[in-house]
Amino acid sequence: MLKNRIIPCLDVKNGRVVKGINFVELKDAGDPVEQAKIYSDSGADEICFLDITASNENRETIIDIVRKTAKECFVPLTVGGGVRTIQNITDLLLAGADKVSINTAAVKDVSFVKEASKKFGSQCIVVAIDAKKISDNKWEVFTHGGRNKTGIDAVEFAKQVETNGAGEILLTSMDRDGTKSGYDVELLKEITDKTNIPVIASGGVGTLDHLYDGIVKGGASAVLAASIFHYGEYKIKEAKEYLNSKNVSVRL
Amino acid sequence: MNVTIVDYQSGNISSVINSFTEVAKGKVNLEVTSDIKKIKSSDKIVLPGQGSFKSCVDSLNKINGLVDTLKDFAIINKKPLLGICVGLQMFADVGYEEAETKGLGWIAGKVSKIDNKNGKFKLPHIGWNEIEIKKESKIFKDIKNNSHMYFVHSYEFVPEDKSVISAKTNYSSKIVCAVERENLFGTQFHPEKSDKTGLKIIDNFIKL
Repeated sequence: MLKNRIIPCLDVKNGRVVKGINFVELKDAGDPVEQAKIYSDSGADEICFLDITASNENRETIIDIVRKTAKECFVPLTVGGGVRTIQNITDLLLAGADKVSINTAAVKDVSFVKEASKKFGSQCIVVAIDAKKISDNKWEVFTHGGRNKTGIDAVEFAKQVETNGAGEILLTSMDRDGTKSGYDVELLKEITDKTNIPVIASGGVGTLDHLYDGIVKGGASAVLAASIFHYGEYKIKEAKEYLNSKNVSVRL
Repeated sequence: MNVTIVDYQSGNISSVINSFTEVAKGKVNLEVTSDIKKIKSSDKIVLPGQGSFKSCVDSLNKINGLVDTLKDFAIINKKPLLGICVGLQMFADVGYEEAETKGLGWIAGKVSKIDNKNGKFKLPHIGWNEIEIKKESKIFKDIKNNSHMYFVHSYEFVPEDKSVISAKTNYSSKIVCAVERENLFGTQFHPEKSDKTGLKIIDNFIKL
């Protein structure tokens, strides 16, 4: 049967990992290539890079990192952050990314998702949705790391990106992101129920139970986490063994 | 020995190139090309494929003489060819993604959408799934039954002759995920993205 995926995410700024892993064996704690390799060797099902470089001029830096990582990691690699044009996608895929994640550009114009999935195939187009709760059972799409309101309903938008050819949704709760209080399970459940494409849960993981909740209660196909792995609180293997012990199927 | 990855300008083949480069190091000469002459003179061919069945077939057909060259290589001269993902699917007579499209017709059968059982199963089928090995296969040498492989697809190959099936995987139903007939090999999963087990399959193919 299909296994639930665990995806560590590395935030990269100007070519360096922000909030890096504190592993003793690391030669250079800021090197994204080395960290990705550690994750893939320790059983990560996919690797995700999120480029949080503010300026547009540094595209070449992330592309270079992707190129080096793809030569050493033979599990799927997703890259997000600043993906705005077809050319951005082409550059990342040519460098060795397997999927790209589109955020603001999809919100601005959902037809960009259609154009991209038509050109490259749905299998490599992930749409990242950042959502904030506005009232009971209502969530709104935000952009720019949660700073900008859009007035768009998150559930409706999720359905729309599916119709436009997205292969997966990377769903981040802006309320939970960075809080370590767990995923917004209601939001996840709402979106996994109303769409037919895989949803990756993101934002708020503090314990291994949160991963369990994302999959079992929220219906996510994959769980993404950053800090619990970065700071070495948990190893990927521990997370998998824990889930397995609770009858959640994972690749061991 | 020369192994050629056919670059027919369809989809993203960087990962296929990277993984074969890693495995081929010091063992074989690896070419990535659409040059008919080079393809003809190579010993083994890898036919990747991403995107839709239709877009892949259209791209193959755009390169003058490519389809005939591949047929000579794999069907007439019976030299080893490995199709990956849509590369495998194109072995079929016909595919139904986007529009009904004629395939290469090398293995009788069709490529149709996976039954999602009224939304019970999400599509694409993305992630790691176990393969049930159905017959002895040269490319599965030293691969344990129920090994995990990485999948990403919404369509499945349904061959008429079930004896070509070398592995299946369970997603909504038992889906064909690998075929083998003499010199012809195909995997629906991505060995290039399946970590060490995937690289072992690539190594097995290179060593044939």
